[in-house]
Amino acid sequence: MNTAKQHEPEGLPTPIVPASRHALMEVQDLHIRFDVASPGLSGLFKRQKKAVLQAVRGISFTVYQGETFSLVGESGCGKSTVARALAGLYTPSEGSIHHAGRPLTGDSTASGRGIQMIFQDPYASLNPRWRIERIIAEPLILQNRVGNTRQARPQVAAALRQVGLGEADMFRFPHEFSGGQRQRISIARALVTQPDFLICDEPTSALDVSVQAQVLNLMSDLQDNLGLTYFFISHNMSVVAHCSDRVGVMYLGRIVELGPVEEIFRHPGHPYTRMLIDAIPKIGAQPGDRQPISGDVPSPLSPPAGCAFHPRCPLASELCRLEAPPVSRLSEQHHIECHHPAAVARPHLQVLTAIHQGEDQ
Amino acid sequence: MHQDTSPAPSAPPLLSVEGLSVEFMHRKGALKAIHDVSFSLAPGEILGVVGESGAGKSLTGSAISGLLEAPGRISAGQIFFNGRRIDNLSEADRRQLRGRKISCIFQDPLTSLNPVLTIGEQLTETLRAHLPLNAQQARQRALALMAEVGISSAEQRLDQYPHQFSGGMRQRIIIALALCVEPELIIADEPTTALDVSVQAQVLSLLKRLCKQHRAAVMLITHDMGVIAEICDRVAVMYAGRLIEIGPVQQVVMQPQHPYTRGLMASIPSLTERRPRLAQIDGAMPRLNQLPDGCAFHPRCVKRTAHCSTQQPALDVSGLSRVACLNL
Repeated sequence: MNTAKQHEPEGLPTPIVPASRHALMEVQDLHIRFDVASPGLSGLFKRQKKAVLQAVRGISFTVYQGETFSLVGESGCGKSTVARALAGLYTPSEGSIHHAGRPLTGDSTASGRGIQMIFQDPYASLNPRWRIERIIAEPLILQNRVGNTRQARPQVAAALRQVGLGEADMFRFPHEFSGGQRQRISIARALVTQPDFLICDEPTSALDVSVQAQVLNLMSDLQDNLGLTYFFISHNMSVVAHCSDRVGVMYLGRIVELGPVEEIFRHPGHPYTRMLIDAIPKIGAQPGDRQPISGDVPSPLSPPAGCAFHPRCPLASELCRLEAPPVSRLSEQHHIECHHPAAVARPHLQVLTAIHQGEDQ
Repeated sequence: MHQDTSPAPSAPPLLSVEGLSVEFMHRKGALKAIHDVSFSLAPGEILGVVGESGAGKSLTGSAISGLLEAPGRISAGQIFFNGRRIDNLSEADRRQLRGRKISCIFQDPLTSLNPVLTIGEQLTETLRAHLPLNAQQARQRALALMAEVGISSAEQRLDQYPHQFSGGMRQRIIIALALCVEPELIIADEPTTALDVSVQAQVLSLLKRLCKQHRAAVMLITHDMGVIAEICDRVAVMYAGRLIEIGPVQQVVMQPQHPYTRGLMASIPSLTERRPRLAQIDGAMPRLNQLPDGCAFHPRCVKRTAHCSTQQPALDVSGLSRVACLNL
């Protein structure tokens, strides 16, 4: 670890962790299963075996007030399922979710006040036939805070100002806005009920990089001004590296690594995290710098025995094929689920400094 | 069959686009979507084309492949392929050329494959449409292609349908389809945007390896600078329908010259450096019917001067690149 210290780029701020961290969202041993057997009569007649998809297989984490917590992973790893469970859209099959100390119930009007969501596709998430005013007022009406769209006008105007749009924009329709502006409207709709917890499911993946920068900056300003807590889902590792305080890496329904963002990116502990970081196309890195990646995510209908990552893992041993790995701690806040933590916990800085130089220009 | 000459500027271009303009006929007149775009592509070269949505990068690809649909039309300029003019070909000739010499790869691997035909049927159909093969030979060739793009147990996989394949495998099939007739030019429009980053890396390295092996030139349209830096030889940057910077990838990525390219590079989140804010280019790209006079980027440009709003900058040589900016 001494060698790693020498390579530490200077001037990187340590994550701001308040002395008294207040847990806003607590997830305990969450399982979510879906019944995917053929529906209705055909399933009955074929006497099909029960087919259960285990989307989330026992994860626990805590999101603290005012931080940005991110989940990363490939498609099908279960990150969006977790987000939907936190939004109250799925009921946990097992385990519990507590928001601000109270258990999350399926009743979205009761629990939804403090929790709002921003979706990936700004073209699909706004009703094209509604004016912006009605789109943004909708959550207030659903929560019975106002009687109709017109009464919500002051709140709508305030929300639009918060996201950098004009009040007059409330009388326009979604098609009159660009992708970045639509995403601002989605954010305004989420903010109008004054939530404390915002679930952002790939909020910038559908946007161009220059527009992405505008939206990420806006989100960071809003976090500073309103004290928001973000739960961020993305498969874009550089966006996650930019905006997160802590990161959880998901693979096939498990969080295989969780820790502060600096540690995850500088000293990735799990071979899967390493693989994800290696796979990012890097500006300024030599093509030979990366490990070859092999294979696809296995089907969650029949996850491999032992460690779910073993079929793709360069370090897989007999033990990995047989037994699920225990949790090992790399530091106080950084833990991984791997049988060979010592083998992988080595500095990962050469590549990172190479990119760093590339971005100076 | 393939000569081993590396792409050099002196090599005769495989593709040469000269002063290409594309416009859309509209009730209120013509809407110009591409203005005076010129560039060339050497055999075996990989050219990246970047820009925001609506910058005209996909449209340039469509104009070259002849997939431009009415009301869009080429209003000026010429396109040469192997020295032969191709922008004024008949639809039949164009079709012949497009299948045999120019292949296209599109963004979404699910919608590019026919869901009711097996992968084998689609591969052999394409092969037999362009090459004189019988069913048995086409199947053998298809098997070899599947192996080449890294799909195991190809024999069984050939009789499966697209939905039985994962996203990355489908895109590899598309690459196999695009490469099966050994085209000289592949136009790949956002080939990895719909894929996960780990799968993207596999697909990109496959595309690069196969293109270098088959000596096919690639025009890679993307908005991801990382992808460009990874596999391209040269980069072209488009903004509001114009080419504003083109040059070797190292040059454009490491020392961008046009203020827009600089802004674009700075707005990419860094993996290492935690900045409180990302550098951002304020505003948005203008709409095609509201293009400002002079340089289209000047309302957002930090280096603008008085003559930027009156004078259209030409794409001039600057170092190893060509850049369209009045204030270099």
